[in-house]
Amino acid sequence: MLEVQGLNAWYDESHVLHGLDFEVREGEVVTLLGRNGAGKSTTLKSIMGLVPRREGSIKFRGEELVNARPDIVGRRGIGFCPENRGIFAGLSVTENLLLPPIVAPGGMTIDEIHTLFPNLKERARSPGTKLSGGEQQMLAIARILRTGAKLLLLDEPTEGLAPVIVQQIGLMIAEIKRRGFTVLLVEQNFRFASKLADRHYVIELGQVVDMIPNHELGARMGELQKRLGV
Amino acid sequence: MVMIFGKPLPLLFGQLLLGIINGSFYAMLSMGLAIIFGLLNIINFAHGAMFMVGAFVAWGLFTYLGIGFWAALVCAPIIVGVFGLLLERAFIRRIYKLDILYGLLLTFGMAQVLQGLATNYFGSSGVSYNAPNALSGVLKLGFMYLPVYRGFVVVAAIIICFVTWFAVEKTRLGALLRAATENPSLVQSFGVNVPRLIALTFGAGVALAALAGVLAAPLYSVNPDMGAQLIDTVFAVVVIGGMGSIGGAILTGFGLGIIEGFTDVFYPQGSAVVVFVVMAIVLLARPAGLFGKVA
Repeated sequence: MLEVQGLNAWYDESHVLHGLDFEVREGEVVTLLGRNGAGKSTTLKSIMGLVPRREGSIKFRGEELVNARPDIVGRRGIGFCPENRGIFAGLSVTENLLLPPIVAPGGMTIDEIHTLFPNLKERARSPGTKLSGGEQQMLAIARILRTGAKLLLLDEPTEGLAPVIVQQIGLMIAEIKRRGFTVLLVEQNFRFASKLADRHYVIELGQVVDMIPNHELGARMGELQKRLGV
Repeated sequence: MVMIFGKPLPLLFGQLLLGIINGSFYAMLSMGLAIIFGLLNIINFAHGAMFMVGAFVAWGLFTYLGIGFWAALVCAPIIVGVFGLLLERAFIRRIYKLDILYGLLLTFGMAQVLQGLATNYFGSSGVSYNAPNALSGVLKLGFMYLPVYRGFVVVAAIIICFVTWFAVEKTRLGALLRAATENPSLVQSFGVNVPRLIALTFGAGVALAALAGVLAAPLYSVNPDMGAQLIDTVFAVVVIGGMGSIGGAILTGFGLGIIEGFTDVFYPQGSAVVVFVVMAIVLLARPAGLFGKVA
């Protein structure tokens, strides 16, 4: 579904990604693991066209997107949930939810979303940023479920959340997967990732240094912990 | 005769009307400025010039093409809005990444060019433009006489302000606009062509100034400086109301028009500066403006 080859990316003069290679197949949950500053978030932003200078190849369903503008990437059916959640303070919960335009048929309906996230219905009229951190995270994910985007890029959805909320987010992502969405997940918390993902890519200094299928994760835990410095 | 604070009642009502009319223009112009500033982060110094161009376009439509006031109310804003859109595509979009001062200088330069051209072709004394016959005459209200056109301007301004406020605060397009004001790149990643949204917003803000210009044409002399005279006060209104708040711009516009009108009765020497005195006091007490969000 998504093939990234030899991806390089720069912010101004600083060269952040150095020839990244990985792929995500339809229906998978794939994580990018790595230390702070390894280039995980930059990878997601590069796919979305949000990093000013990119080279290499980003193919989504066979179409080259490495030079595409962010709105074109979004229109092709990739949904993005950014690191800081990107909830708009000037918009109500419902306005936040309805903001992203429908880009393809087959997205979830508002009723389905409200069943999955009852809180968003109860607090429909509150300003988006008055929600708790966990609710904001759910809103940020929910609003890209209704657009018809089939590949979701989630940047650290558990960051700064209490363990019980992290568990809820985990259940949500499992449900999303069950419904046929494909997820590329950036995570620091690999215990969380191990419960959801099919495969893990380990990123170091802007390169993919390893790929671990989830069933090998237990056996290679020591090696991974060393890599991630935990 | 009924007196209030030693002033005859008809005089007070007359000044109230004058204040509301001036306030109508402050509100319509500061609203456009607030929208443009919110999304483009450009302090549009050419806003007064666009107001003036709107009035001249209405005059030109009538003088050269025989197109009257009602059609001009629709045509002139579209013409000036498209002109604004072209200016945005050709010049303004090049400076979004630069310091806010560049936008101010660029639009200030545009205003000078437009005013210079208008002076060159029409002279500084200006031209006259008549209200349509349907709106001529005077209504006798008992406590005062109300020229019909003035009443029309107030009603039109209130409708224009409400529609604009509604469009920005209550519609889906407005939600996109507000979201793009906060985080344009995220909105763009959702599949929205944000550069186009920005260009159209500038065009719409400028069209709003032109619409105000058409409404002003029968009231004031249509001259190259008509916008420049107004825009100083309008900027003070925007500062008092708080940059980027539509509702704030509207309320402050009408409120200051009325304050200015009454100052003219009770302390005529102060009427030209009262808005700026209010601005100074508001800035001391609430630097973000009355309705502005504290950053």
